[in-house]
Amino acid sequence: MDGNGVPTTAAVGRSPARLDGAEKVSGRALYLDDIRFEGQLWGRTVRSNVAHGLIKELRFDPAYDWTGITRVTARDIPGDNVIHLIEDDQPCLAERMVRHCEEPIALIAANDRERLDEALQHVRVEIEPLEPVLDPLRSPRDFKKFLIERNVEGLANAFANAHRVVEGTYVVRHQEQMYIEPNAVCATPRDDGGVTLHGSMQCPYYVHRALQRLLRVDESRIAVIQTVTGGGFGGKEEYPSMIACHAALLARKAGLPVKMVYRRDEDIAATTKRHPAVVKHRTAVARDGALLGCEIEIVMDGGAYCTLSPVVASRGVLHAGGAYRWPACRIQARVVATNTPPNGAFRGFGVPQTIFAMETHMEKIAAELGMDPFELRRKNAYLLGDETPTGQKLKWSVAAQEVLEAAAARSQYAQKRARFAQQKSGRKRRGIGLSLALHGAGFTGGGEVKLKSRAGVELTPRGARVLSISTDIGQGTITIFAQMAAEALGISIDDVEVALPDSSRMPDSGPTVASRTCMVVGGTIAKAAEEMARILRAYAAALHQVSEKEVTCRGGVFYVGRRALASFGQVAEAYLREHRALQLIEQYAQPPGIEWDEQSYRGDAYVCFAWSGTAVEVAVDLDTGEVQVERVVQACDIGKAIHPILCEGQVEGGVVQALGYALLEELVFKDGRPQNTRMQNYVIPTSLDAPRIESILIENPYPHGPHGAKGLGELPMDGPAPAVAAAILNATGVLVPELPITPDRLLHLLEVGR
Amino acid sequence: MKLSLTVNGSERSVEVPPLKRLLDVLREDLQLTGTKEGCGEGECGACSVVLDGQLVNACLVPACQTAQAQVITIEGLPAPGGQSGALQRAFVECGAAQCGICTPGMVIAAQCFLQTGQAADERAVREALAGNLCRCTGYQKIIDAVQRAAQEQVE
Repeated sequence: MDGNGVPTTAAVGRSPARLDGAEKVSGRALYLDDIRFEGQLWGRTVRSNVAHGLIKELRFDPAYDWTGITRVTARDIPGDNVIHLIEDDQPCLAERMVRHCEEPIALIAANDRERLDEALQHVRVEIEPLEPVLDPLRSPRDFKKFLIERNVEGLANAFANAHRVVEGTYVVRHQEQMYIEPNAVCATPRDDGGVTLHGSMQCPYYVHRALQRLLRVDESRIAVIQTVTGGGFGGKEEYPSMIACHAALLARKAGLPVKMVYRRDEDIAATTKRHPAVVKHRTAVARDGALLGCEIEIVMDGGAYCTLSPVVASRGVLHAGGAYRWPACRIQARVVATNTPPNGAFRGFGVPQTIFAMETHMEKIAAELGMDPFELRRKNAYLLGDETPTGQKLKWSVAAQEVLEAAAARSQYAQKRARFAQQKSGRKRRGIGLSLALHGAGFTGGGEVKLKSRAGVELTPRGARVLSISTDIGQGTITIFAQMAAEALGISIDDVEVALPDSSRMPDSGPTVASRTCMVVGGTIAKAAEEMARILRAYAAALHQVSEKEVTCRGGVFYVGRRALASFGQVAEAYLREHRALQLIEQYAQPPGIEWDEQSYRGDAYVCFAWSGTAVEVAVDLDTGEVQVERVVQACDIGKAIHPILCEGQVEGGVVQALGYALLEELVFKDGRPQNTRMQNYVIPTSLDAPRIESILIENPYPHGPHGAKGLGELPMDGPAPAVAAAILNATGVLVPELPITPDRLLHLLEVGR
Repeated sequence: MKLSLTVNGSERSVEVPPLKRLLDVLREDLQLTGTKEGCGEGECGACSVVLDGQLVNACLVPACQTAQAQVITIEGLPAPGGQSGALQRAFVECGAAQCGICTPGMVIAAQCFLQTGQAADERAVREALAGNLCRCTGYQKIIDAVQRAAQEQVE
């Protein structure tokens, strides 16, 4: 209630139960594999078992009885044999050449899974092997090159006059997203030659466009419907297009729905991973710790096809200098082709790689200067008005120092660091480390302008329905959309529905990626809902012959001053009787003054950044090399916490995924073939590995975000790995420049250190 | 074989191959799709069910070992708001379910833990849930939910 006894709505900033919570805890939520499709077959994929080679023969054993089994090869593709994305270089089914292990070559479907497994044994692919490129540093082919320079003349001087020049090379490897629900789709053929595709995914329109291109049908003959999705983390950004295309080919040929649900080993082996990278730093630093200039060189391994590699690398490059002001710098990068499965989107999208390098390098600089790493960071961290390497002036919502200080204070960094550095005996040594990170919200550069995302609301007799294609993959999209619509309309979130993402019915609000959903799509929905509120206030005022200016809607009731006029439902019903419908779709508009030049890589790379400071405390067993993380504090400036519990959930989950990256997770390749493709040997953190995580949500509003909100989804992933490395340095005196910091790597360096 | 067993208190009888996984019997023959498959090799715990009072991974149990057994799945637990639905309610209120695919198995494992009557200190809860993988939450809100439900149970 406000001071006048009128109820306030305040849906935003509270933590109502998530809209899909009851369904999920009761087991009623239907994921793709829980749905039965009439007459459905099961599909499987015939894959390459070599990293590079020429397909000599694809042979379906003539002695085997193929009755009832649908077979598909590249010749069955009616349109273009490509998976449409940035470059159309990746075939749906390899025809003449294979460029990585696990590359799809043919497809089969049957109504019985055991029969299908048996039939798969009767497909022979003969491949003449070619020499594969497996080392990215020796790759002859770039997908894209990058160069960012700032104050080139000053750079030479910086190195000439530096008190110290500090160099370091940092290495990170493949990480698997490991959503617990494997990739899954079902394609149903339609009489008009198109398909209806249900599936677990992040980006229905990516799938829609890929199907259009493959099947050569117009957009009206395809519908892509997201089913409840059991985690994505980027792993269901681009790959569902591949599986959807496969299922669609089988379904069209069989004339029946075809379901494809990847087995865990297939999902780990064949789908996209986080890009491995090698990052070299060379830094000029003054005696007092001021950073004078840097040269950074990045090589990322894109795998066999382009997929999203240029944009992953771009984001990595744009974050490579960390959250620090560089008077002069040169940042160069290449993302290269190798004969390994294509790498792709994974929470953080290139940033965890380059921030690990930058932040670990800061520890090295601090050690060489004999300076406290916190002080070194604080001294150089961005302030409002500073410029980034691309010349972007940070004009709002800058909290680098604030998040760093908050994490240091809560974790008692200074006291503990001094205390832990004194331990000289005992098998277990404790340590504490810090990191500072930033994450640009929304698409890079002109991406959001090109996307032209559209989303909105429509009036229902009780309240409103949110219209967008943005997917809830666990992060809580539908709940925060309902909150923002409810807030604008002055109604309860119980009276807001969120429509099912269906590409044949919903406007294209863009992909669910890039920490953009709350800020970009949420903001667009809020704007549409505010316009709807204005229309309804005017309508209510006219209906009751009062002045529009005095009408408000709060708690689901229209008031004139303090006098209740009518319920929202009464006004909505009257409006719908008279006008039949009220639908408002808005298009996202970039804030004024944001400029980006793709050619020169100059300008505003992001409309704003979110910031995180992370403190990690570890115990290291010097005999076994085992590292136990005992405590994590992460302070995140996200502009505004629309739903604090969901925000904490993003922080806690992102931190634990990053601790896996730091200590446990690596997909190992041998001759281009993934080796540890099971949950038994690709290990992710369990409840016993995860520490208690203290999240601190800081709200420095971004003036053009809904209620000040920026992006959050990826930020928590960026900082923990280097903070772990810093904590291990504090505990043992050894700086590990690569991930994951496995016991054998750590023991080896401890040996060398002795 | 003809398999007779009791699922969530109802006697059920199905004709299945003896080595069919209990997971598939539940999901395909009995249409109880609340039990999920994450890995098929007993690592992730998404298919956790209670078999004769024991927490098991339904992907590792052949049908022939479940003859005359008592099985409890997520569908057999009370819905949120029900008299003893405190655990599921706590999961929703604490934010313990995100993508939700691990949630049914997690709830089953937590329910087994609560029934032991052990003190729900953080370490004990973490140990009880160590066979159930979650990639979204970092486990913290799941532990909060189990502790909240344990507290309500005491009260």
